[in-house]
Amino acid sequence: MKFSESWLRTFVDPALSSEELSHRLTMAGLEVEELKPVAPAFDPVVVAQVLTVTKHPDADRLNVCQVDTGNGAPATIVCGAPNVAAGLKAPCALPGAHLPGGMTIKMAKVRGVESSGMLCSAKELGIAEDAAGLLILPTDAPVGQNLRQYLDLDDHQFELKLTPNRADCLSLLGVAREVGAITGAALTLPEIADIPASIADTRAIALDAPEACPLYCGRIIKDVDAKAATPEWMQRRLERSGIRAISALVDITNYVMLELGQPLHAFDNTKLSGTVHARLAQPGEKLLLLNEQTIALDSDVLMIADDAKPLAMAGIMGGEESGITLATRELFLESAFFAPAAIAGRARRYGFSSDASHRFERGVDFAATRRALERATQLILAICGGQAGPVVEAKAALPRRDPVRLRTARAEKVLGLTLGAERIAALFAGLALPCQRQGDDFLVTPPSWRFDMEIEEDLIEEIARLYGYDNIPAPAPRGRLAMMPQPEAQRPAARIRQMLVDRGYQEVVNFAFVEADWEADFAGRTEENELIRLANPIASQMAVMRSTLIGGLVANLATNLRRKQSRVRLFELGRCFSRDDQGAPVAGFSQPWRLAGLAWGGALPEGWASGEREADFYDLKGDLEALLAPAEVRWEKATHPALHPGRAARLALDGQEIGWLGELHPQWVQKHELTQAPVVFELDFAALGTARIPAFAEVSKFQPVIRDLAVVVDRDLPLQTLLDALQESRPALVRDVQLFDLYAGKGVPENKKSLAFRIVMQDTQRTLLDSEVDAVIQQLVSCLEQAFGARLRA
Amino acid sequence: MDNLDQIVGKARAAFAALSDPDALEQVKARFLGKSGQITELLKGLGKLPPEEKKTVGAAINAAKTAVENALNARREAIRQAALAARLAEEALDVTLPGRSEQRGGLHPVTRTLERIEALFAAIGFEVADGPEIEDDFHNFTALNTPEDHPARSMHDTFYLQNPDGSLADKVLLRTHTSPIQARYMQAHVARYGHLENMPEIRIIAPGRVYRVDSDATHSPMFHQVEGLWIGENVSFADLKGVIADFLRRFFETDDLTVRFRPSFFPFTEPSAEIDVAFMGGALKGRWLEIAGCGMVHPNVLKIAGIDPEKYTGFAFGFGPDRLTMLRYGINDLRLFFEGDLRFLRQFA
Repeated sequence: MKFSESWLRTFVDPALSSEELSHRLTMAGLEVEELKPVAPAFDPVVVAQVLTVTKHPDADRLNVCQVDTGNGAPATIVCGAPNVAAGLKAPCALPGAHLPGGMTIKMAKVRGVESSGMLCSAKELGIAEDAAGLLILPTDAPVGQNLRQYLDLDDHQFELKLTPNRADCLSLLGVAREVGAITGAALTLPEIADIPASIADTRAIALDAPEACPLYCGRIIKDVDAKAATPEWMQRRLERSGIRAISALVDITNYVMLELGQPLHAFDNTKLSGTVHARLAQPGEKLLLLNEQTIALDSDVLMIADDAKPLAMAGIMGGEESGITLATRELFLESAFFAPAAIAGRARRYGFSSDASHRFERGVDFAATRRALERATQLILAICGGQAGPVVEAKAALPRRDPVRLRTARAEKVLGLTLGAERIAALFAGLALPCQRQGDDFLVTPPSWRFDMEIEEDLIEEIARLYGYDNIPAPAPRGRLAMMPQPEAQRPAARIRQMLVDRGYQEVVNFAFVEADWEADFAGRTEENELIRLANPIASQMAVMRSTLIGGLVANLATNLRRKQSRVRLFELGRCFSRDDQGAPVAGFSQPWRLAGLAWGGALPEGWASGEREADFYDLKGDLEALLAPAEVRWEKATHPALHPGRAARLALDGQEIGWLGELHPQWVQKHELTQAPVVFELDFAALGTARIPAFAEVSKFQPVIRDLAVVVDRDLPLQTLLDALQESRPALVRDVQLFDLYAGKGVPENKKSLAFRIVMQDTQRTLLDSEVDAVIQQLVSCLEQAFGARLRA
Repeated sequence: MDNLDQIVGKARAAFAALSDPDALEQVKARFLGKSGQITELLKGLGKLPPEEKKTVGAAINAAKTAVENALNARREAIRQAALAARLAEEALDVTLPGRSEQRGGLHPVTRTLERIEALFAAIGFEVADGPEIEDDFHNFTALNTPEDHPARSMHDTFYLQNPDGSLADKVLLRTHTSPIQARYMQAHVARYGHLENMPEIRIIAPGRVYRVDSDATHSPMFHQVEGLWIGENVSFADLKGVIADFLRRFFETDDLTVRFRPSFFPFTEPSAEIDVAFMGGALKGRWLEIAGCGMVHPNVLKIAGIDPEKYTGFAFGFGPDRLTMLRYGINDLRLFFEGDLRFLRQFA
């Protein structure tokens, strides 16, 4: 809502500066988004009249003018404007004037001719962009008058950012009422007299949907001159309210809407036949709107129609065919109340909005409908002439205004301060709210212009607002001191993040919507029914909800490589999304938290001592083992669409898949323009949250016995298979089996590898005998021989 | 006797000339060995008359001790010199960088969220979470924003498609973290509703939210932190107290002013917008919009099954992206979501 301050001050004129007024409005809940002067500072500039124009003797493009600036003797002024001409009126900056941009006007010789002032363009005065020539003023502009005064340039434009509940402030009258309430300044309202009919013509009105349109006033006005000029003052007020002046009739309806908050519509009466109906749209009905859009109307859209055809979307936008033009001579002028529920959301559904729908869907004063029609008639007759017919008013049940009870004690409880009933009574009086007092209770009847006073809390807000939010205390809150749970068996997300940070990973946050391609590449989702597409994505590469975090990390890597980063370690913790019939809490979707990481470049940061080794699968496996400990995770060779088939592992915990680790598939390395493959992982975050509560076990007083055992087995035999077999047949004395060496090559047969284990044996009750140790080792060796054809390495 | 002094003198000179331990031991033999000069003199004692034996013997023994002391002193000196040489050899350039993993870092907004969680945990607020694909009911209706409510146009909502391309009925990306409020209250009532007095609800709910908006100051995905405190006596004054305290602790300064001004949200009444102004620094004196808040609307409590006559409470929503920008002086929201290490490493 934009408006001109000087217009507002014709309604209410508190003794406050523009800035003070702006602050008071903001603190009362009408946030002033912008306050700016309508013209920059300049002075003295006066209305002047050009008397004569002669060519400058020494310059082709300059003229020497005699100018009347209102102080008696004409002044000689050199002027370069192309549109200068004898007789016209224009602003003249007098010697000593300071203009925007720092220019100061002095008596000076211009190519040898003394010039005492400057005739100005609108651009030179900073009031418009137009630099084509002098700002030409109306012929009746009084010569010698200060231009700021003449054009009311000491005005400010206010722009309010109104919340949806304060539709009552979508007019100058509404803002004035509010300013009155918060400052106590008196209101001066425009005089609106009923215009007596001078012709008898009327048009019948039928309320076919009385709940949606319970009040409709209309009148015919004949013999109007639609080409009449809109008065300067009206144009100026419209423009300073952000509305472009178009033609007198349109400007007048806009002006009344701004002044009183009532949207009006003018039909060309000659295009109407029979009765005007306010009814719901009929099946298959279509309408060409003023914005040249033809729309098919849903059955819950309220229409204005005549006996033959639809005319307008009621309260939203008029139809092109029944609209007024510059040739219109005969009007049917509408002022109606449309119920918010009948208008809300309709315009948005068709992808547009209008000043009228914006107001009606929030609520328009239903007691001022007829007054607005009289006001518009008054202005039309004064500006465009014409003959007005009588007002026809059709009326059904208007919105009820049930009194709302406010209890003083409740208000004090909700606000947390002591007010007292007297104080509340005074605040309500300031708002001019009709209210009846019953002890400490108040029965408040909401005024017809307020649509946000339905319950007690609404009144409590009014009290708080007028009392001043700033005046409500801000004590340290009191509450029960109850300790927060600290479950030891759970690891908080912060702890897991920190572990990754300590291991060199940088956290990133990527968008949850990705390219459809990424879902195919990194999650193998190529079927349309596997994807979750947005209905209204911001861009096609942000159209699909991600089911994996890997795509984002790969894209981050590519970005950082372009920026010459030599070593990249990233992680993200975020939700992933899949269609899932069993999904909860939102049916049809599962949205688990996942943790993904990526490493590319050296195993250690580049440096004098870090060597050349690149980070590989086992570096990240080490990171994950640290992250997952003490959970006993199984690592299984498996294939994943994002990963190199020979260098990928599935992680399982208690038989459930919890994640993946592997080198990015060479195909995607190439496609995403990476010079070498990163290693990536992704885990179900839930699997990481579990921690172990330690349990004590007796420490043995006896020394452990340590033996090394090296065996040669098939090269393809996974270590895990071998460890599983050892675990199966593991004698009770064996405490731990660790692989400490892996070797293939010279000395080991082809397709074989040597594995060396360190076996730790211990008993809690006694020292082990050599013979027992030998027996254990023998048992392990024969187990491996039988299961894998292993043989002891010499 | 001159002879003895000469021998001691020669021995000292000979030892001093040597720095090799083996050579030293060889030279030692010349004086103290089986046929060394001192040993020879001692052997000769037997031939002396008994009255001389005592004095000459004492003189020779004194010379022997002097030679031995000189020898030991030299041995020690050589050992010290060798140690010094070894230590010099082993010296490191202590100014070379250490050999280790480089630390990574948290995302700056995570830093902020963790600080917010810690500050609120200190006054008993638990962290709550909720889905990002949300249903229309929890995102809007349960928050007193029925269909066609003008406030819905304040949120430009991302909707989902069905697999056949049609608009998914009532499923969207949450436009705020407030649906977590609604879900938490429902769960709370399910758990404690049978009690005469339900325990208080004190939660904060951080998370990612989505709106169809993208320019220098808007990102289609951003963060919010929702807060909720419901109890039998929670007031607007308490809300002001909590928020003012939080902002001073978060920015670690008392040099800021907080103001509350009336605003509108469908799910709170009265509602307020919170502005903060710093008294120093680059943003000195400017009012910065920082959060929305208010007393939970009675309709929201009713929908969740909570009696608004008995229980009152407040809710607030901060933009942690904005808080992060103010805290660290970041000037472009988009940097948070670009994964640029040159930016992110500044917060490690």
